[in-house]
Amino acid sequence: MPTPTPEEVKGLVAGGQSGLVARLLDSDVYASFRSSWMTMIAAAIVALCFIGAAFAPWIAPTDPFDPATVFLSDASIPPMWQQGGDPRFIIGTDDQGRDMYSAILYGLRVSLMVGGLGVLLAASIGITLGLLAGYLGGRVDAIIMRIADVQLTFPAILIALLIDGVAQALFRGMSRETSAIPVLVISIGLSFWVQYARTIRGSTMVEKNKDYVAAARLVGLPTPIIMIRHVLPNVIGPVLVILTINLGLAIITEATLSFLGVGLPPTQPSLGTLISIGNRYLFSGDWWIVTFPGATLAILVLAVNLLGDWLRDALNPKLR
Amino acid sequence: MSEPVISVRNLRVEFATRRGILRAIDGVSFDIARGEVLGVVGESGAGKSVTGAAIIGLIEPPGRIAGGEILLHGQRIDNLPPDAMRRIRGRKIAMIFQDPLTSLNPLYRVGEQLIETIRTHTDLSARAARDRAIGLLSEVGIPAPEKRIDGYPHEFSGGMRQRVVIALALSAEPDFIVADEPTTALDVSVQAQIIALIKRLCAERGTAVMLVTHDMGVIAETADRVAVMYAGRVAEIGPVRDVVKHPLHPYAKGLMGAIPTLEAESERLLQIPGSMPRLTRIPPGCAFNPRCSHVFDRCHVDKPEPIEPDAATAARENLMPGHLVACHLYTAKTGGTP
Amino acid sequence: MLAFVIRRILQSIAVMVSVALIAFVMFRFVGDPVNQMVGVDTPQAEVERLRASLGLNDPTLVQFGRFLWNALHFNFGVSYQFRLPVTQLLAERAPATLELALTAALFALFVGVVMGVYCALRRDSWLARLFQAVSLIGVSLPTFLIGILLIYLFAVILGWLPSNGRGQVVKIGNWWTTGLLTTSGLKALVLPAITLGLFQMTLIMRLVRAEMMEVMRTDYIKFAKARGLTTRAIHFGHALKNTLIPVITIAGLQLGSIIAFAIITETVFNWPGMGLLFLKAVQNVDIPIMAAYLMLIGFLFVTINLLVDLAYGFVDPRLRVAMRT
Repeated sequence: MPTPTPEEVKGLVAGGQSGLVARLLDSDVYASFRSSWMTMIAAAIVALCFIGAAFAPWIAPTDPFDPATVFLSDASIPPMWQQGGDPRFIIGTDDQGRDMYSAILYGLRVSLMVGGLGVLLAASIGITLGLLAGYLGGRVDAIIMRIADVQLTFPAILIALLIDGVAQALFRGMSRETSAIPVLVISIGLSFWVQYARTIRGSTMVEKNKDYVAAARLVGLPTPIIMIRHVLPNVIGPVLVILTINLGLAIITEATLSFLGVGLPPTQPSLGTLISIGNRYLFSGDWWIVTFPGATLAILVLAVNLLGDWLRDALNPKLR
Repeated sequence: MSEPVISVRNLRVEFATRRGILRAIDGVSFDIARGEVLGVVGESGAGKSVTGAAIIGLIEPPGRIAGGEILLHGQRIDNLPPDAMRRIRGRKIAMIFQDPLTSLNPLYRVGEQLIETIRTHTDLSARAARDRAIGLLSEVGIPAPEKRIDGYPHEFSGGMRQRVVIALALSAEPDFIVADEPTTALDVSVQAQIIALIKRLCAERGTAVMLVTHDMGVIAETADRVAVMYAGRVAEIGPVRDVVKHPLHPYAKGLMGAIPTLEAESERLLQIPGSMPRLTRIPPGCAFNPRCSHVFDRCHVDKPEPIEPDAATAARENLMPGHLVACHLYTAKTGGTP
Repeated sequence: MLAFVIRRILQSIAVMVSVALIAFVMFRFVGDPVNQMVGVDTPQAEVERLRASLGLNDPTLVQFGRFLWNALHFNFGVSYQFRLPVTQLLAERAPATLELALTAALFALFVGVVMGVYCALRRDSWLARLFQAVSLIGVSLPTFLIGILLIYLFAVILGWLPSNGRGQVVKIGNWWTTGLLTTSGLKALVLPAITLGLFQMTLIMRLVRAEMMEVMRTDYIKFAKARGLTTRAIHFGHALKNTLIPVITIAGLQLGSIIAFAIITETVFNWPGMGLLFLKAVQNVDIPIMAAYLMLIGFLFVTINLLVDLAYGFVDPRLRVAMRT
């Protein structure tokens, strides 16, 4: 069965690595993965992006942020296949003379890190609040869900912008370099938690009335232990899908904030920052400065979304 | 018998699925004459509703009519272009669906839906169509039709809605109606009224009816003839009293045995062991062979066709003509006694 | 019906008060208004005097009450950056944003519905597949990237349309300015409106497609077919009407998102609207503008939500009954 039963989920959480892999290869989910070439390409692209990001310092030909290796005399060199290109810089350089290829790898690193951490933070907040709301019910539930309702009336990007603005006011003394990443992660985390909380709350309310929870309560286990050890493993399944779909959104949000100039500074650029820089040179004909980071961002998000769509369909028995 | 209104000849309907082709209807034939009610019974999945949908031309992909003919007044209609078939639907052939709660568009007034249908098939003016709609509503027994015509479907009870559905089906005076389990979704108390209504209106107009149901009681009361379907084939067909009193096919026997009657009060109701095979796993030969208590070698090889039973059986059971059965027990050669 | 309306209005007010609370907390505690007004060398006594005169020493509840009262009178204080009343700044820029947002919304709704209906009815045609693919790309591309792409194509390479600003605007009445009456204004509107509307368009398209395919499977559509109604009557009379009811809700709610998302589009196209003002406020920690903008967007969202809910009731006869009880 595509939806993991409580036992399976327990197995996934508690069981050994080998058991998990074997079961994965044997599952319908894997079969549906194999049957869709789009999904396989998307997965390959996402994997490539993650590898490129993780090993950027080793893969990238230059460190674009080491002033010792960057020369202004190399500024705005077009890609090597165009006239005036330089084989040292495969896809050209930006206005500062930084190698675009290296800058993109480093940018990818920042984008994925901020997006990934932001989504994980959102999931942690959402899961915690959802568990509390669903398991405790009553006033706790009412308060958490009212906050969620109010927050849902605003688009995530607006909330992220507001949080970013407030955080800047709070971290006034700090330099942008040190505060930018934590501020962005917090903005994304606080903007995206509602969906997790709602999902977890719903399934927790179902699970808490089941016999195994009653049994745990009868044995006298303390409430936090029941919530974490017994309820959580049984409700966490759908979170994986939301995580994947939200990763694309989070990357877009970070890129947007950086593009708007309230995200990462040019000294520590993400893909959004690179696009923002390149945008200024669009009219002067230096198309490569914006095109390559833009394409990278678009392809990455598209691949993540494809993967998320597939995962949602594959895990949803209703659609099959 | 005069020329039949509708003739189904060796109809085959197939559905293409991921696991291969499913044959939902496999060689079904029958005629229905003017004013006649043919009851079609069988378990769910036997192909009753698909037969109805095929006649009215509403088999949708991945399904298709794979063979056979459907004739309306002797003219083939199964191969008509979509628009020509659309003109026949509602005008010549109408259909009544199972659930009156979902058959009506909730966003349109009852009158709007009636007038729309009438004007699609006639040249009546809006005024005249409205008068006709009121007339139809009153005919199907809706009180104060000139007021109710402006009501929305949700303002009607289930029974009243089914009356509206009947009025809609009859609005262009069709020659043939497929009534697909018209009372299943209704309260027991109104079922008899609705059946009586369909029967009366069709008798008045001489409309031929194909009444799909799994309620043998309804068939016994309403139908002139009955066809028993099993796994996409006709197992037995004949005059209703004959089939109910003297069922021949082992499956039909089981089915008739399952009707409680006053005389047989004390007798235990017969049960057919097992269940109908899924369409993917129909056994070769007679589809009923895994559940049949009289099964013999030939049943595993040979698909029985509906034919007149051998003379000996016909004489012994005092059968009327036109009573056909698809079972090897009744072919002259073997002539076994069930 | 009346009870339903009153209940919904009370709910809306409750949401508005919580939004106001957030705005107030931001306004009062995050950016201390006094620190913004005084220099480093202002004597402490002067600071205290200012503090008292602004009422910042009153109990918090009194201050919140005052904040609410002022908000009801469109008084959100003075911008730190511009030294001008926030309300005036927002009012000057509101027409630009509203014209852009409404144009984008109409574009998204119209094109989205047409494409969605086409995809639902001609599910397997190549054009429907193309629309589907485009919609997937549409939700994956960030708005600003689409804007850049359109600018590059239509402004830089082809030179057909302007890449920034509102073009020539005409003043209507006291404070409304419109770009809809001049050629350059209309031209300037095209690219931003498409950029802003594209995401919502794909959303509406997917929604209409899914919804209509669902409706096409219902019994009343089958019954309509069985009655021999024309394909046109079935598709556009019966199916479309039933499809559009949930779509109205979502599309209505999206109007609020469009106004909020205008921040990005306005930045890309340098469109002189409220979003650009808000962004500058975030960059410069201009709390009064942020608070006022939050209140404004909150008010728009709540109002739109309310109107959509009420409109829903008038369109769907089933709900009219549900609301009466």
